[in-house]
Amino acid sequence: MRGQPSLCEVLTPLNLAEALALLAAHPEARPLAGGTDLMVPFAAGRLPDRLFLNLWDLEELRGIVVTDGEVTLGALTLFREIAAHPLLQREFPNLVRSAMVTGALAIQSRGSLGGNIANGSPAADTPPSLLAYGAELELTSLRGSRWVPYADFHTGYKRSLLAPDELITRIRLSRMGEGGFHYFRKVGTRQAQAIAKVSLAAWARVADGRIQDLRLALGSVAPMPIRAKGTERILQGQAIRNLPLDAALAALQADISPIDDLRSSAAFRRKVAGNLLVDMLRGLAPT
Amino acid sequence: MTTQKILLKLTVNGEARQALVHPMSRLLDVIREDFCLTGTKEGCGEGECGACSVILDGSLVNACLVPAIQAQGSTMRTVEGLAGVDLSPLQQAFLHHGGAQCGFCTPGMLVAGTYLLETDAVQDEDRAREGLSGNLCRCTGYVKIVDALLAAREGRP
Amino acid sequence: MNDYAHIGRSVLRREGRAKLTGAALFTDDLKIEGLLHGTTVRSRVPRGRIMGIHFEEGFPWEEFIIVTAQDIPGKNVVAHLIQEQPCLADGVINHAEEPILLLAHPDPERVQDARERVRVDVEPLPPVLSIEDSLRCDPVIWGEDNIFKTILITKGDPERARAKGHLQLEATYYTGAQEHVYIEPNAIIGEATPDGVLVRGSMQCPYYVHHALHELFQLPLDKVRAAQVETGGAFGGKEDYPSMLACHAALLSWKAGGRPVKIVYDREEDMACTTKRHPSRTRIRSAFAADGTLLSLDVEFLLDGGAYMTLSPVVLSRGALHASGPYRCPDLRIHARALATNTPPHGAFRGFGAPQSLFAIERHMDEAAHRLGLDPAELRRKNLLRTGDAMATGQIMRDEVDLIALMDRALAEIRYAEKRASYPVLNAGDEPVKRGVGFSVFMHGGGFTGSGETMLHSVAALEGTADGQVRVLAASTEMGQGANTVFTQVAAEALQAPLDLIVVATPDTGVVPNSGPTVASRTTQVVGKLIQDAALAMRKTLLDAGYLQDGDVAAAIRAYVAQHGTLRTESQYQKPDFVQWDDTTYRGDAYATYAWACYAADLRIDLVTYETQVADFVTVQEVGRVLNPTLAAGQIEGGVAQGIGWGLNEEVIWRQGSMANHQMSNYLIATAVDLPRIRVFFEERPYAYGPGGAKGIGELPMDGPAPALLNAVQHALQITPRQVPMTPEVLMDLVEGA
Ligand SMILES: Cc1cc2nc3c(=O)[nH]c(=O)nc-3n(C[C@H](O)[C@H](O)[C@H](O)COP(=O)(O)OP(=O)(O)OC[C@H]3O[C@@H](n4cnc5c(N)ncnc54)[C@H](O)[C@@H]3O)c2cc1C
Ligand code: FES
Ligand code: FES
Repeated sequence: MRGQPSLCEVLTPLNLAEALALLAAHPEARPLAGGTDLMVPFAAGRLPDRLFLNLWDLEELRGIVVTDGEVTLGALTLFREIAAHPLLQREFPNLVRSAMVTGALAIQSRGSLGGNIANGSPAADTPPSLLAYGAELELTSLRGSRWVPYADFHTGYKRSLLAPDELITRIRLSRMGEGGFHYFRKVGTRQAQAIAKVSLAAWARVADGRIQDLRLALGSVAPMPIRAKGTERILQGQAIRNLPLDAALAALQADISPIDDLRSSAAFRRKVAGNLLVDMLRGLAPT
Repeated sequence: MTTQKILLKLTVNGEARQALVHPMSRLLDVIREDFCLTGTKEGCGEGECGACSVILDGSLVNACLVPAIQAQGSTMRTVEGLAGVDLSPLQQAFLHHGGAQCGFCTPGMLVAGTYLLETDAVQDEDRAREGLSGNLCRCTGYVKIVDALLAAREGRP
Repeated sequence: MNDYAHIGRSVLRREGRAKLTGAALFTDDLKIEGLLHGTTVRSRVPRGRIMGIHFEEGFPWEEFIIVTAQDIPGKNVVAHLIQEQPCLADGVINHAEEPILLLAHPDPERVQDARERVRVDVEPLPPVLSIEDSLRCDPVIWGEDNIFKTILITKGDPERARAKGHLQLEATYYTGAQEHVYIEPNAIIGEATPDGVLVRGSMQCPYYVHHALHELFQLPLDKVRAAQVETGGAFGGKEDYPSMLACHAALLSWKAGGRPVKIVYDREEDMACTTKRHPSRTRIRSAFAADGTLLSLDVEFLLDGGAYMTLSPVVLSRGALHASGPYRCPDLRIHARALATNTPPHGAFRGFGAPQSLFAIERHMDEAAHRLGLDPAELRRKNLLRTGDAMATGQIMRDEVDLIALMDRALAEIRYAEKRASYPVLNAGDEPVKRGVGFSVFMHGGGFTGSGETMLHSVAALEGTADGQVRVLAASTEMGQGANTVFTQVAAEALQAPLDLIVVATPDTGVVPNSGPTVASRTTQVVGKLIQDAALAMRKTLLDAGYLQDGDVAAAIRAYVAQHGTLRTESQYQKPDFVQWDDTTYRGDAYATYAWACYAADLRIDLVTYETQVADFVTVQEVGRVLNPTLAAGQIEGGVAQGIGWGLNEEVIWRQGSMANHQMSNYLIATAVDLPRIRVFFEERPYAYGPGGAKGIGELPMDGPAPALLNAVQHALQITPRQVPMTPEVLMDLVEGA
């Protein structure tokens, strides 16, 4: 263990208002949710932070609330809770699947949705699903709170709209009913507890033999989780019996910008992203 | 300049324990150093191996990833708390099936296995394997560990 | 049928209970008064000259124990086969992560902090980072030609025989480094004063550590002591490396006036700095008759040894001796070399060179079969060794084993014939998931290579205690493989005593005789035999002295010890009469015996993701008598899991001579969902010179998986993979023809 706990301080607010006040006073304080991201660089001595804001006890950030039109998840909602939620299982299966492949059980017991988003890893597992479902985020500070489309949240590698005094407080999904087409696939180096080399999440609605709505998102192929908007445009409105596959694949290659790293190569990511698109479309238009 | 320690109070294997620790100390170090419960192991310190598995307030967690302050007031079970007068059925099954070789992953495996049995997550071999996928073993190839888990579920030795 | 009371039964692991309750104490679990925590400052470059060491100003260095090469009381060396590797770099740096300076402090947090405040100025020199660069002597970094060791095995005239071949085939095979990933990282505690040095820790070979300490401190042998503590996996990874760690901990303690010093590597340091399996390159040129008869083999076998010789010559030797596989070949040449590079020294890892060369020959046989239009099983049927055949070194195969029957049993278990025919039909369809089935046939020599066992002169002893127990005294360590239990069974059987009479003593060089290192699949086969002989001798002593009339061994021991003071019997290694070996010509009996096996794999390969899943894995092996079926199966299953990892996934990524992916999150070993239920079958043929008829099995299961898997890939996809690990990235390139 190379971290230095003796140099670290933790602020533990008892409620959200207190947390926001503390953060306003100490914008350098690093929010600490389940710790499953932060504790790794901390123990390796690679985390520069010395002051932490412990969110773990904030009840306001927990819970999944369902209304007629929406599902709202507190930022501290754990993967385990997402995986076990019957309505999410029915209506947002991609999110459930991505939560179930995030680490293994012990990670799912402490890792939070808000942490997964805020951490800003391009390889994170729930972001593609959230993008495919058109999620919105509530960002809150002492100054007030604002809702932003999740698609706008990440602005670059580990950069986002989140101001230093803001917390992610809630994640909102519009209910689209049952019966849409959902696709999620993660490709890692092994079958469990592996960081994604490529992942693809898609949601679509097909009517009259045509793709009426399509949202397509990918992980690990760009500096941040991305929507493949060019690809979506090519496929939108097309007859599923006669999809412009080559054009879609070409558009996908333009949408993504993968790199070589320790886990895989850019070439592999490009190829497999295309293969996943084909696999997804095969599911959408079974022969 | 070192920062203030906190008085951490926990119920560990049914016993009230406390220790003066830094808030960002890892629960793993508190367990091993302050509570002298060295059954919980460190195999990676990054949440990958599961050798540090403990049950914290009814959840399976990696103690290496939990800052001490987040365990304040919790109830925790470690490998030392699994056996009563006798070995637990899962421990017995491990012994019988040869689920432990070098024994270093074993405490974590047993804690995770106990959690899986108690949450009824071992319906079949596939589920057992999935449930254990956060616990790495380099010795066994998992066959005998999975067999032990399935046997314990069915109340066989 | 089992005529034995203990042998052949799944006796429960002796230390099992302690391991299940958390009571088993590993090195880092020991509570020690006045302990200091040690750490290591290392080189960041693969090669260079040390220009200066700087300590950050204003930091309270006076609180720390600091050791450099200048503080070494004896020789600055970690003694292995030769005395070459420095304990701490002095002036020159020969590999990334080379230790330069040691620090210790009572507070583990402070010592980690201090490590970051030492700066070593190094003038870099051009490094050698691959087998190819090393061969080209670009530049020379070791000796005159970068070659640690050359071995040549020849028989007949392979060139001439090659000319007569119907098929002449040449191909080159590559295998990558592999990290052990024992779940317990390296850990050692050292205490050193002029009166004596004691080192305790996680280790396979206490006498290796003993030897290293003796040379480092230049103290008499009886002033140094190494004792094993419960060891959390090793697989060869704790064979030579703990000597380094032991030297470091002892040096810090020496400088600290004898206060105990503990060094526990964290996972990053363990992965980056300790040994790995040798990367290899094997070029095979072969010739076959039209009917598939193997006529000629010419094998060039190269190992990347890293920066120092350490154990590379012996790894090379085992690799070379297994390079022609289990085949009859009248004309052959095996030319093997271990080369220097500026990476941390590669070391022992289960299989010890054999997995590398067997991978090449077993892939090559499948390629030849395809080229000849024969089924791989047919080709092997033609060429597999039979009892009485001559092997590469001229060794006559004495083992009475029917390799064809062994192979057929494995093929039947996996339903080879049926799948071989049906999968191509299935694969012709649109489904992205392709199926393939393949297998490998191989052997693994038990015990040390060549004259190794004779030179070791291993000794094991048994001691009766006043309270009627029997202590087994051997330096062989328990590291999960079951030595404690098997020794207990063997001793109890020979003594005709109950199991609980037997206690296996902690391997501590101050207490146990040198039964040799716990390596080379020799512990059961060789040391077990010594224990059996010592136990038989003890029984005879008791009988002769008239103490055993009623068969109560405990009572007899008590009475004997009460009367005579001590009861101790010893046994020393005697090579079986038939074993003849010439180290200079590499002719003769390379190993007293071999374990034999056929492994078969059934794969599912997804062409969307290029992922390979093992759907079924069958192992059939002949290992003499199986002393403990549960433990033996556990060895096979665990070894196969490591073999599958080496074959498909486990990739060490090198950057400037250093492992770049030195975390468990970046170097991934299999989880329970990545592996099938590995199926284990034994063919039992008692081996006359093993205890209860046993042979060694520890390393065997590492040899077979990789070639079996890649042979199945060839079947599934009609491609010719020649390298492991065959990661999805590599497979994609092969499939897409990049
Ligand atoms: C072994 C292991 C396996 C893993 N596997 C996966 C995987 O397969 N897929 C995957 O996607 N991830 C994986 N992770 C990463 C991690 O578990 C997830 O990203 C998790 O969602 C992080 O949540 P947390 O609550 O633990 O975050 P923390 O570690 O507490 O925080 C993460 C980051 O988010 C910030 N933060 C947290 N909450 C908020 C908030 N409400 N507002 C503002 N900022 C906030 C923190 O300041 C920090 O920067 C793995 C981690 C480990 C250790
Ligand atoms: S030590 Fe905590 S998961 Fe490995
Ligand atoms: S028994 Fe050794 S790691 Fe599992």
